Amino acid sequence: MSGSRERILGRVRAALADVPAAERPDDVAVPRDYAAAHGGGERVALFAERVADYRAVVHRVPADGLAEALARALARRGARRVAVPADLPGDWLAAADAVAVPDGALPVAELDAVDGVVTGCAVAIAETGTIVLDAGAAQGRRVLTLVPDYHLCVVRADQVVDAVPQALPRLDPRRPLTWISGPSATSDIELDRVEGVHGPRTLEVVITE
Amino acid sequence: MSATFVGMPAFPEAARAATGDAQLRHNLRRATHTIRDKRAAVVGELDDWAGLRAAGKAVKDRTLRHLDVYLERFEAAVTAAGGQVHWAADAAEANRVVTDLVLATGERDVVKVKSMATQEIELNQALAEAGITAYETDLAELIVQLSDDLPSHILVPAIHRNRAEIREIFRDRMAAWGAPAPDGLGDDPRALAEAARVHLRERFLRTRVAVSGANFAVADTGTLVVLESEGNGRMCLTLPDTLISVVGIEKLVPTWSDLEVFLQLLPRSSTGERMNPYTSTWTGVTPGDGPQEVHVVLLDNGRTDVLADTVGRQALRCIRCSACLNICPVYERTGGHAYGSVYPGPIGAILTPQLRGTGGAVEAALPFASSLCGACYEVCPVAIDIPEVLVHLREEVAGGAGHRAERAAMGAAGWVLGDRRRLDAAQRAASAARSLAPRHLPGPGAAWTDTRDLPEIPEESFRSWWRRRSGPGEGAR
Ligand code: SF4
Repeated sequence: MSGSRERILGRVRAALADVPAAERPDDVAVPRDYAAAHGGGERVALFAERVADYRAVVHRVPADGLAEALARALARRGARRVAVPADLPGDWLAAADAVAVPDGALPVAELDAVDGVVTGCAVAIAETGTIVLDAGAAQGRRVLTLVPDYHLCVVRADQVVDAVPQALPRLDPRRPLTWISGPSATSDIELDRVEGVHGPRTLEVVITE
Repeated sequence: MSATFVGMPAFPEAARAATGDAQLRHNLRRATHTIRDKRAAVVGELDDWAGLRAAGKAVKDRTLRHLDVYLERFEAAVTAAGGQVHWAADAAEANRVVTDLVLATGERDVVKVKSMATQEIELNQALAEAGITAYETDLAELIVQLSDDLPSHILVPAIHRNRAEIREIFRDRMAAWGAPAPDGLGDDPRALAEAARVHLRERFLRTRVAVSGANFAVADTGTLVVLESEGNGRMCLTLPDTLISVVGIEKLVPTWSDLEVFLQLLPRSSTGERMNPYTSTWTGVTPGDGPQEVHVVLLDNGRTDVLADTVGRQALRCIRCSACLNICPVYERTGGHAYGSVYPGPIGAILTPQLRGTGGAVEAALPFASSLCGACYEVCPVAIDIPEVLVHLREEVAGGAGHRAERAAMGAAGWVLGDRRRLDAAQRAASAARSLAPRHLPGPGAAWTDTRDLPEIPEESFRSWWRRRSGPGEGAR
């Protein structure tokens, strides 16, 4: 296999015979005069609006109203057992009737059997209505937010950035990232967008500020 | 699974068959126009689209001009993060590498997330020969696989099927592949999506090996990036123990922050969304989270030949958004199968002949499968000048030996351009664009024209170009 490595690199170098030997990658200019953000109005309001555009359910609550909001959401959903990351802040579900099932290494079948999952996030992007999970604080491993059919996600206002270019520097590429923009969807059948194929079919977002 | 493009009739014959199919044409027209409109709306939201497009083009050019540096950097980063990198010079080697990796796990089933590269190398067939079953999990790919069909569009591979046909396929074929379709399945897209969910659920939860492609590979960090909608990608990338990703060497971008350009360009240009539902990124192995054995197969398979052509090289900038398919008057009439390759539409017309050479009838005909109207260049988010490459490849075919070129050209062009009405329709669209287009467009169109001149819609029609090249009654030499 190392033979192919040398062969491919050799072919690449031969193919690039027209590139001057002294040229360095950075000598190829990249114009960066695109905008850092596109000014869509107040950041948190824009985020809420754009998430809702994907037919996700969105709430804005004061920070001290979080436990109440989560309890209401879970009750509305009829969720009785919800998976949570092991480090979910203890007070988040203090008011909820639902039983929290903390993830250590829950088997997938177990995750398939719970009524939903509650997590935080790492970053949120207003312009695109995107939530990014990085498996860090209050998020757990990736499978936790994948197998349950209902994802209730908490976003703090200070986690919301304007646009994609502000999100990347806040994220560590060495961590596994999941960017979520609305519930799972497909447009494969006559281009009708249908929510929900394999990922959570319902996404509910609570923004605290 | 036996479906293959090998031995496809060359473009004109396939195209003639396709244009006769009223259902296909109806489905295609509706689909391409729907995506075009969605795309135009979300691209219009960004007043700096032209700037993003210029940056996307330049980042890819930087990568391609120093691809050896970036490939080595990527390999080192993946290795440092606990992943293993393999190099495959051609399809046969890539298939061998993947097959051996799967066999080594002792498993005989793999789940797959849609990947053009694995279709290009016909991996599923190779795995089948080794007794391994590959299950496609993208809804459209599932439809294609269950019906033993071929994909016809980059983004919506089953674009040629309507809901009634899909219901038939699910009802008749699902049981042979796993969980059967529910009794009384209707043709509501919601019910069909639910049937796909149920059909694949247990498969996802059980299968230990996955095969994926990647939309981007970040050289600096060794990170792979997959954009998707349904969550089947997340299932494949997260649940199995072993993940094997087949990645064309042109998928590299230099740095993590370069993604800020492509994560804006691709979703808007592709599905016409501000962002696709799910994007996953991973770097080697993360202990306790996701596959603990991670392989990346770097695929050449003709790409270095494309790289060697200083005009054709730009085709390697392609990020497979499929905007050029949706805008193309020829694609709209013929559908994807006529292009005889997994890469249909304008990008296929320049990529396939370069990847495979212009020796075969299909490959020689493809550069002629266009009226050179320039709409594809206009919508391309990385500014690939497809008409320029088409003309360049026509010269190459025309310069080939014997009457091959004439046959190829007149065959293909005969279809697109021979019929008066079709020609008129195509040319009308093109020259309307041409005569209306000042060098810079005002309003939302400015996004396309600010950083460059409008595409050169050729003065000359194909007919007169061909006449000039060949002389009356004479074949080109
Ligand atoms: S050639 Fe351009 S428009 Fe066509 S699929 Fe590739 S990136 Fe998209």
